[in-house]
Amino acid sequence: MEFDQILQYSLSGLSTGAIYALIGIGFSIIYNATGIINFAQGEFVMLGGLLTLSSLQLLKLPLWAAIPVSVAISTVVGVIFERLAIRPLRQPTPINLVIITIGGSILIRGLAMLVWGKDTHAIPPFSGDTPIAIGGATILPQHLWILAITLIIIVVNKIYFYHTISGKAMRACSYNRRAAGLVGIDVKRMVLFSFIISAAMGAVAGIIVAPLTMTAYDVGVMLGLKGFCAAIIGGMSSGISTVIGGLLLGVLESLGAGLISSGYKDAISFIILLLILFIRPQGLFGKADSERV
Amino acid sequence: MLEVSGITQIFGGVTALEAVSFKIAKGEITGVIGPNGAGKTTLFNIISGIYRQTSGTVLLEGKDVSGFPPERLARLAMVRTFQNIELFGGMTVLENVMVGMHTKSSSGLLACSFKAPWSISEERRIRECAMTWLEFTGIADLADQTAGNLPFGKGRLLEIARALAVGPRIILMDEPAAGLNSQETLALAGLIKRIRDLDITVVLVEHDMELVMDICDRIVVLNLGKKLAEGTPREIQESPEVIAAYLGDDD
Amino acid sequence: MKKDLLLFIAFALLVMAAPQLFKGGYLMNVLVFVGINTMLAVALNLLLGYAGQISLGHAGFFGLGAYLSGILTTTYSMDPWGAMPVAAIIVGSLAGLIGFPILKLKGHYLAMATLGLGIIIFIVFNETVDLTGGPSGLSGIPNLKLAGVSFDSDVKNYYLIWTFALAVMLFSINLANSRVGRALRAVHDSEVAAQVLGVNARLLKVQIFTLSAVISSLAGSLYAHTMTFISPASFGFNFSIELLTMVVIGGLGSIFGSFLGAALLTLLPEFLRAVNDYDIIVYGALLMVMVMFMPGGLVRGIPALYRKIAGQKGEAGNA
Ligand SMILES: Nc1ncnc2c1ncn2[C@@H]1O[C@H](COP(=O)(O)OP(=O)(O)O)[C@@H](O)[C@H]1O
Ligand SMILES: [Mg+2]
Repeated sequence: MEFDQILQYSLSGLSTGAIYALIGIGFSIIYNATGIINFAQGEFVMLGGLLTLSSLQLLKLPLWAAIPVSVAISTVVGVIFERLAIRPLRQPTPINLVIITIGGSILIRGLAMLVWGKDTHAIPPFSGDTPIAIGGATILPQHLWILAITLIIIVVNKIYFYHTISGKAMRACSYNRRAAGLVGIDVKRMVLFSFIISAAMGAVAGIIVAPLTMTAYDVGVMLGLKGFCAAIIGGMSSGISTVIGGLLLGVLESLGAGLISSGYKDAISFIILLLILFIRPQGLFGKADSERV
Repeated sequence: MLEVSGITQIFGGVTALEAVSFKIAKGEITGVIGPNGAGKTTLFNIISGIYRQTSGTVLLEGKDVSGFPPERLARLAMVRTFQNIELFGGMTVLENVMVGMHTKSSSGLLACSFKAPWSISEERRIRECAMTWLEFTGIADLADQTAGNLPFGKGRLLEIARALAVGPRIILMDEPAAGLNSQETLALAGLIKRIRDLDITVVLVEHDMELVMDICDRIVVLNLGKKLAEGTPREIQESPEVIAAYLGDDD
Repeated sequence: MKKDLLLFIAFALLVMAAPQLFKGGYLMNVLVFVGINTMLAVALNLLLGYAGQISLGHAGFFGLGAYLSGILTTTYSMDPWGAMPVAAIIVGSLAGLIGFPILKLKGHYLAMATLGLGIIIFIVFNETVDLTGGPSGLSGIPNLKLAGVSFDSDVKNYYLIWTFALAVMLFSINLANSRVGRALRAVHDSEVAAQVLGVNARLLKVQIFTLSAVISSLAGSLYAHTMTFISPASFGFNFSIELLTMVVIGGLGSIFGSFLGAALLTLLPEFLRAVNDYDIIVYGALLMVMVMFMPGGLVRGIPALYRKIAGQKGEAGNA
């Protein structure tokens, strides 16, 4: 095995991993605020990409304007979803929540198929596609965009959660929703916020990855599930653990696909998921805790 | 009958129990009292195998049962009830008690699915026996109601009936009188005495001092995770430490 | 319990008479699928509706049954009647082994783990081309034969499949109203209380998971032998979700509900032919609407709706 080859796979794995990390953090934010695993998370990723496509082609917006527009629209979809599906649920048992978010994801995907058809679409890269050499490997400018934007989002996230009132309130909810309610935090509002933030993050992930991988109405399924794997590895943290989880997953997947077999690429993530769930369900870095009776 | 020694339980940084030891004699009613957060429920969770203690041992009839899972302890004739009642809400009252007969029956998955003759006769026996426990606790008239719809007081009785169906030699009850009115509490006291008369050792956590002093043979007092005192109801009432730490504060 | 049995007998008679009523025809073919899906929905319902444990990977067990039967009867020229139990035993052992670690997980985590398992199985179907034929599928699977009769027509298959489906339904009704069924429902309502009463919740969950996988495997074998051609596309994540939808729409914890759900979801695409690809919109919406407005499923929702309407009429009559 060539060192250059390994470097090449690792580098491209990192940018995929960054995408998984963004999606994974989106999962975790909703999970921590509400206890819900939002199976529709991947659909925001799909919406981000396809809405950008339409903004560019139909509305003839420049890229710098198309991105915020599509993030905003995806966020609105997130809000509608929370209002229409999650909030009115009368029996919010885990199983009902799994089912309703799965139902929501199928519905959003179906509507996307209605609007954009079943074809895959390409979005132009943000700044050309002249490869950049790093050691013996090369990467595309888009890879750098992905890594840079992910980094910015993670930093902004950190600032939000630790240095703003609403971010701190959100963290309080994640430790103990009832207690947070008792000290006067508007928990319902925080739930809504969590959907807004994760929808926006999902959409950004979908936009920055689309120039590399193309996009279609059904890309959200796999990306969403991989993002969830990242979150599990990170112990459902909305911080650095999930980022590490995502990067790890991206790199292992890319190495596995390159060095073992590309057909089993998707299987690698899920095998890792199962191993983590079996051996360390609290995540790679988490501590176990006991359930109260 | 039951002996705990040196039980310590640490949750993260919180020490919920610290080196708690005591013995419970066969056939007695023992009360475990102490303010909220003293560690009473945690102690029950450890004895009944729901939590694994940080250190210390539990001996049941001389046998070290530390770390045994609850289902194994049920087969060793130990059973408990819960502070926040844990009924099988979707099932009928009778079915709840029939689940209590689980260890006293043996039809497996296939026998049940194919309605093997022995499983049919066993089913009849389970039903009849469960019915007698409903009569014993005085809720036989509710047999066909859905357990989830029971008023709180009846739910407590159902939980006790269900536990008795296991055929225990020792029963742990976590605050059985909480949420009951005075009439129901009185009836409960009678029921607990009748349970003792069946030769079942009773351990109960309770806040209702009148009830505790009335029915308990011995009392263990916990405070802040430590054993503060132990003795007969009279000794406890007269113990200066207990009065200082617990009873005396608001009188 | 008595009521369930009487209902079952009436249902079985209706099922057996149906071919006479419909005089064969295209509908027979669809009803064969209703039968297979009923088996699958009942299997999943035992796990989800009774024991309260979700699985988003049941299409994997269904597929394993189908592929094992397919491979054993084509590559290894085994008799289909022999291949079916062999497949079931292999799938059952696999489910039993993986059941121990997987059923330690709860709620969302269990959902994700079973989903992952299903996807891994699906990828294996696609990638082990030498064995399964890969994405282009496996063909030439023989029909089942009994006393010289080959099950090669829709009507014959109808009787074959429904014999199995009715047996699975009866079996499950018996189970639900027994010692083991009660223990399952107890674990569903309060696992800790069930354990304290002596129910080995962990073992019981693994048992029911295994049983559920075995029934799914049988359904898969039957599917392979009636279709004679299988490909991975029938056993993917989407089909796991479809099974979940059947169980939820029909009614959790109701065997007849599983039939209703299976029937509705199998017949629905036939009615939605006009909008073919867009049926997933109807699907998604149906799933959401059911959870929101009829969380008890059709079996409980329809009678409740009926009482409501009848009640309103009654009031109007009195006024
Ligand atoms: N599963 C748990 N995790 C963390 N702390 C716990 C847990 N269970 C109990 N505790 C803590 O242990 C202490 C004793 O609680 P508990 O046994 O419920 O008291 P009591 O029943 O006497 O009111 C409390 O401080 C409580 O917060
Ligand atoms: Mg307590």
